[in-house]
Amino acid sequence: MTLDFSTLLPYTDEILKGLMTTVWLTVVTTFVGIALAIVVAYVRDGGRGIASRLLGAYVEVTRNTPFIVQLFFLFFGLPALGVPISATVAALLAMVLNLGAYTAEILRAGIDSTARGQHEAARALGLSRLQSFRHVVLVPAFSRVYPSLISQCIIVMLGSAVVSQISVFDLTYAANFIQSRNFRGFEVYLVVTLIYLLLAVGLRLAFEFVGRRLFAFLQGGSS
Amino acid sequence: MALVAVNDLHKSFGDLEVLKGIDLEIEAGEVVSVIGRSGSGKSTFLRCLNQLEHHDWGTIHLADQRLDGGAMSPGELSQNVGMVFQSFNLFPHKTVIENVMLAPVVVKQTPRAEARQIAEQMLDKVGMLEKIDAYPAQLSGGQQQRVAIARALAMQPKVLLCDEVTSALDPELVGEVLHVLESLAAEGMTLILVTHEMKFARDVSHRVVFMHHGHIHEAGDPQTLFTQPKTPELSQFIASIL
Repeated sequence: MTLDFSTLLPYTDEILKGLMTTVWLTVVTTFVGIALAIVVAYVRDGGRGIASRLLGAYVEVTRNTPFIVQLFFLFFGLPALGVPISATVAALLAMVLNLGAYTAEILRAGIDSTARGQHEAARALGLSRLQSFRHVVLVPAFSRVYPSLISQCIIVMLGSAVVSQISVFDLTYAANFIQSRNFRGFEVYLVVTLIYLLLAVGLRLAFEFVGRRLFAFLQGGSS
Repeated sequence: MALVAVNDLHKSFGDLEVLKGIDLEIEAGEVVSVIGRSGSGKSTFLRCLNQLEHHDWGTIHLADQRLDGGAMSPGELSQNVGMVFQSFNLFPHKTVIENVMLAPVVVKQTPRAEARQIAEQMLDKVGMLEKIDAYPAQLSGGQQQRVAIARALAMQPKVLLCDEVTSALDPELVGEVLHVLESLAAEGMTLILVTHEMKFARDVSHRVVFMHHGHIHEAGDPQTLFTQPKTPELSQFIASIL
């Protein structure tokens, strides 16, 4: 067998289209998913009310079922209930809910490890629970769990390959599409594998770049 | 009329009664040191004064206003009673100036420019104006504690509570913090200190309160109290720390 990457050239547009889809799904999921996780972590941190229990159920269901089943449930299940949903919206929703649940748990570990003195100082200064969460607890909590958070976002990005199963034209869908036409499975999947690898590395570097700015306070030493 | 009036304060943790009826009146501008062995209830007493602990019985008034039992919101409380902790508890992700500005901006809704001005004034008072943009991790313990004092003062409280504020410091850093407290006292700030610094208690405070087993066992002006203790418990305590 000889490798011939030129067989991919006619499909550059498909690869780019798939790549763009994977990238925007990941970027939107990262922002919305983390925002969702912050809300969930805040409510669950507040005690055992109804909202807290409901969100707890959401987190547990999401973390204990396969992602592809969640995706199918949204894409095939919601229309059956009379809620029409497009493949793209279903994919985005599934990814956001997935990242939100895992990140909420990761973040909770960071919040739980907040020193008691921090809460007391905030209270003595008159901050409400929400103000204390937002201004005192959140950023240090993120800094403590940041490596886990990066990994989780990368896992969700890689897991997004599954959305090709409901005909979302992402990178994996593009690969399947091309391979079924030029029968060059090795070349196609090698290229796509490399693209995923670069995406993962790029995502990690982006996170680390943001982290260095956000958590500058962790660098001690002279001022 | 006393600035702070504490009446029959009781507090238990489970079966353990920590405060067994505290009565104390403190005048505006007075500096009161609370001393006693660990477990005598002195920190709990202090923490009741700004409601970090909720007492079970008794009342606390501040300038004739009821302070306890939810009579004041946390925001109002913080503008009446400030607190400085043993372990500083600065917010690590905020710079010095941000630490001091946070509560005025967020709780008091002071405009940022004005809050910054107040913060700079307070930092100047504690001699930390040059370190305005440093993070707490870049400061020594003494410097952190001085910032924590400025942070409490920025809410312009009527009383400042100090809970063993020098206990976590290296010996050579204790002086700079005590010096700040001394100048606050000279300015007429009302201070209530739980302290192990007996020299400071003797030299700076107007009154010393000795707590023992959840009671105020003995109280009086520092000279008399330290040189002529009336009770054997206080003599023993003084002997054990000197």
